[in-house]
Amino acid sequence: MKTVITAAGNNVSAAFDKRFGRAAWFCVYDHANGALAFEKNDFADAQGGAGTKVSELMVEWGVGKVISGDFGPKAKDLLDRFKVQMVVVEEDATVETLLERIKKQ
Amino acid sequence: MARPRRLRKIVAPPRFKGYRPHGHQGLTGKPVELLYEEYEALKLADYDGLDHQAASQLMGVSRPTFARIYQSVRKKLALALVEARPLVAVYGNAWMDKSWFVCNSCKARYSVPEGVDGSCCALCGSSSVALIEP
Repeated sequence: MKTVITAAGNNVSAAFDKRFGRAAWFCVYDHANGALAFEKNDFADAQGGAGTKVSELMVEWGVGKVISGDFGPKAKDLLDRFKVQMVVVEEDATVETLLERIKKQ
Repeated sequence: MARPRRLRKIVAPPRFKGYRPHGHQGLTGKPVELLYEEYEALKLADYDGLDHQAASQLMGVSRPTFARIYQSVRKKLALALVEARPLVAVYGNAWMDKSWFVCNSCKARYSVPEGVDGSCCALCGSSSVALIEP
């Protein structure tokens, strides 16, 4: 299974981005082999429908869990339908601290 | 290692956090833990009047398992009544169609889609979680 954390930058010390559709980067963590990848969000500056497009992208990547600060109603609906788990974190954190928490499981 | 328990499907959680004996003198004993799936079994069988076969299908478990859950809730209710012990509703091995939880240790909120175990926090793995009322 893969987990995505929305990030403001493309490294683990970057701040955690609390937006989902308009996050700058996505940190993709693969639980199977521990691989870490950063993907740029091409829809960050989209006119509209960023949440929908990013949700579709998550399904395409085969992501099982998404960690972000807030999900819009359309993104929520889509992720619900495709059985992707949403995790809402409201504290200010870096990608690294969140990664450590999910790795501990 | 024992086979993990299959999650029981719940339509709605109980609308109470617990019950306490009234007019009882002296110490009330240790609370009896009423699990969500036990409450659901009692509701389906005795309140909605379904037979065990239909009720077990609704909860996504076999009929014998439903009978065991039902037996356990009868036992617990009788115990609480006779020994004048309080009842507390505890999230057991349940999952809901559209459920969101909050973790008591890291304050993260998370959704539980079908087929995912929601009894541990999706972020920190803590088992101290509570259901968010819809």
